[in-house]
Amino acid sequence: MPIDILMPALSPTMEEGTLAKWHVKKGDAVRSGDVIAEIETDKATMEVEAVDEGVVEEILVPEGTEGVKVNSLIARLSGEGETAAPAPKAEAPKAEAPKAEAAKPAPAPAAAPAPEKAAAFQAPRGPRIFASPLARRIAEQKGVDLAAIQGSGPHGRIIKADVEKAQPASPGASQAKAPAAPAPGAPAAAAAPRQVQSLEQMGIAPGSYDLIPLDGMRKTVARRMTDSFRDVPHFPLTIDLEIDGLLAARTKINAMLEKQGVKVSVNDMVIKAAAVALKQVPEANASYSPEGIAMHHHADVAMAVAVPGGLITPIIRSAELKGLAQIATEAKDLAERARNKKLKPEEFQGGTFSVSNLGMFGIKTFASIINEPQGCILSVGAGEKRPVVRGNELAIATVMSVTLTCDHRVVDGATGARWLTAFKALIEDPITMIV
Amino acid sequence: MADFDVVVIGSGPGGYVTAIRAAQLGMKTAIVERAELGGICLNWGCIPTKALLKSGEVYETLGHLADYGLKVEKASFDFGAVVQRSRKVSAQLNAGVAFLMKKHKIEVIAGTAKLEKGSPAPKVVVALTAGGSRTVQAKHVILATGARARTIPQVGMEPDGERVWTYREALVPKEAPKRLIVVGSGAIGIEFASFFRALGSEVTVIEALPRILPVEDEEVSKAAHKAFEKRGLKFRVGASVKKLTKSKSGVAIELEAGGKAETLEADVAIVAIGIVGNVEDMGLEALGVKIDRTHVVTDGHGGTGVPGLYAIGDVAGPPWLAHKASHEGVHCIEHIAGLKPSNLNAPIPGCTYSNPQIASVGLTEAQAKEQGIEVKVGRFPFKVNGKAIASGETEGFVKTVFDAKTGALIGAHMIGAEVTEMIQGYALAMTLEATEAELHATVYPHPTMSEAMHEASLDAFGKVLHI
Repeated sequence: MPIDILMPALSPTMEEGTLAKWHVKKGDAVRSGDVIAEIETDKATMEVEAVDEGVVEEILVPEGTEGVKVNSLIARLSGEGETAAPAPKAEAPKAEAPKAEAAKPAPAPAAAPAPEKAAAFQAPRGPRIFASPLARRIAEQKGVDLAAIQGSGPHGRIIKADVEKAQPASPGASQAKAPAAPAPGAPAAAAAPRQVQSLEQMGIAPGSYDLIPLDGMRKTVARRMTDSFRDVPHFPLTIDLEIDGLLAARTKINAMLEKQGVKVSVNDMVIKAAAVALKQVPEANASYSPEGIAMHHHADVAMAVAVPGGLITPIIRSAELKGLAQIATEAKDLAERARNKKLKPEEFQGGTFSVSNLGMFGIKTFASIINEPQGCILSVGAGEKRPVVRGNELAIATVMSVTLTCDHRVVDGATGARWLTAFKALIEDPITMIV
Repeated sequence: MADFDVVVIGSGPGGYVTAIRAAQLGMKTAIVERAELGGICLNWGCIPTKALLKSGEVYETLGHLADYGLKVEKASFDFGAVVQRSRKVSAQLNAGVAFLMKKHKIEVIAGTAKLEKGSPAPKVVVALTAGGSRTVQAKHVILATGARARTIPQVGMEPDGERVWTYREALVPKEAPKRLIVVGSGAIGIEFASFFRALGSEVTVIEALPRILPVEDEEVSKAAHKAFEKRGLKFRVGASVKKLTKSKSGVAIELEAGGKAETLEADVAIVAIGIVGNVEDMGLEALGVKIDRTHVVTDGHGGTGVPGLYAIGDVAGPPWLAHKASHEGVHCIEHIAGLKPSNLNAPIPGCTYSNPQIASVGLTEAQAKEQGIEVKVGRFPFKVNGKAIASGETEGFVKTVFDAKTGALIGAHMIGAEVTEMIQGYALAMTLEATEAELHATVYPHPTMSEAMHEASLDAFGKVLHI
């Protein structure tokens, strides 16, 4: 029985994309996990892996085809060994769907995920926590993280008394601690001291909705974002960038890199420019701590990657020292492994600056939430043709708005503005990045 | 040098179970008993009363066999044989405890124990039943001496074995009294009232509090009152006994209820007005054991504050129930052994084996409200339960009490046939800290009376199915 391979969705909202490259041809034998194709959206490229074994029977969408609708048939495998066993799911909805593995709770930096390279896959699950039903419910009501509680019941089971003893962290304590305890994967005490009302108390009738249980990643996102938004005095700064020069440079660079099989995205260039700008304005590459302001030696730029059930922020270390080709290669690898839950904790913990990109959704501007303990996070909007005024003339330019959210304890308004000015200069004249 | 690791004083369900657990944990163990192995429970309490009640229940069923399309000519009973059966049941279990002691190599010392200062635990001086005395030194001594019926000699409420009985005399009567007065409507009083009424006695129950079975949920008390009255039991509630007078032919009890005086006459009176702990004549005061009224004061693991001395079961305070004593005993000995024992304050179910039966665990609705808990209450009557209808036992209901905020089951109350066999389901749920979600999600077998338990938990959340 032949196995259909369908166009995968790189994000939950993706409708179509470009089939950039086939890695297999008719007659090739593929095994589960083999890279068979590359799919590209305006800013992202990702590899498609085979889920099933078989021989490529037919390639239905040729390389380079644009506007391929999600879930349309792109190739067909003949199920090898199908006589031995029934061919696995002919209806396999997504060729790339990898198996989710137990993963560490992800850090959750930006409100805005960058959907590039995000593939549909199962929500990750943390290690099972043994707790009585009542303990679970009271923990939820009190906003206490069960992962942080030591159980006193049989076999270490968390019981009601344990949860009642565990107090949600007070806002003051959490503020003092927040910058000093950045480890995003580390179980922290509770998120919010406030009493969370039940949906029923707030007028939502029971039975009128489906409840998706909170997994480890969702809890971490909820806790870290709540802590950050409540405890970090933050403000946004927005600026418009003209990117025609950048797009032209990208085309040239990609033509040059084609032989190496590397493709640079706009986001890769944003990361590079951000890193260089951080070196030019080092006050923005800083973290607040009660002991003092930590001035980071390198620009470790975290990029928000959306994964179903949450998001994760893999880090390009010392991005200021790396060339675009290297950044592009690393970013692709990190995003892919993020998707596969293969990141090591040190690969997503401890960045000094974050970039979040929602441009591919046509979002014009947005302001992300600070990813503690980083001093700033950059939110990248869509590049689009807009009228601009040059001298006294109206002209057309491709303009992209970006917003820098700053932690006012470490980055003041003027500092943020200086960084944005430096960043704008780099983006609008990309050749300066290589200096 | 210690002769034993552990000496347990008293071989009731608290003491003998503690001794078995101690032996299982590798401790050299002895148990001291002044009367029968198995204590009151096996010999003069839980077990023989259940034997009598079964006879009463079967006889009562004979009275309405026509309900089942059956007929019996002239049903009657042999009262002596009924009592004899009850004694045989006790004897069998008493022998069973002796076997268990032997199996676990627990030395049984027959005699009455007294404590003296010793180290590391008080010395146990036993006046042996066979004569003479024996002193043993153990590392740990566990008091499990139980309790006995409370009496009030000042108003004549003192057993004489003829006209005034406690549970003890009531278990071995020569004949069923024609007219019986039971003073006290707790589990013991109600069970004897139920038994003698089933065998035809005219029974009046006197209760000082405003309702019978005062520890039960008010709705259960009310339903029980009705059900018992239907069977011919008479009640005086809110009535205090002023005087009990004995004569050759019977007893007269002077009552006062609501300001009105009344005198009731009967052949026999049973005094069931609670119990007192067995704390006397053991040298406890001299050791410095703290005693509150008639009960030894203990810490969270049965410790008395005196090194090496522990107390469990009835002597350590309420509730006065065999299963509570066993639970405390196991907890205590596991704590001594350095294990991490299960929660001492687990919910303890209580059962009354009358007809209909009554069983409960946790808080009553009123208790919950007194504690300021916002509650959700569910009810389900057996009269619409398929199995109950098929069995012709539609009396009674199930009531559940939930904490409205957390959904925790905090109390369950049942009256009806065989509810004493079902209450453990709720006890298990409470011990596991279940919420309504788990109780709703549990699949109950059909057709059973236990389905009413499911429905009662659904009802508390407006999801009852069969009403």
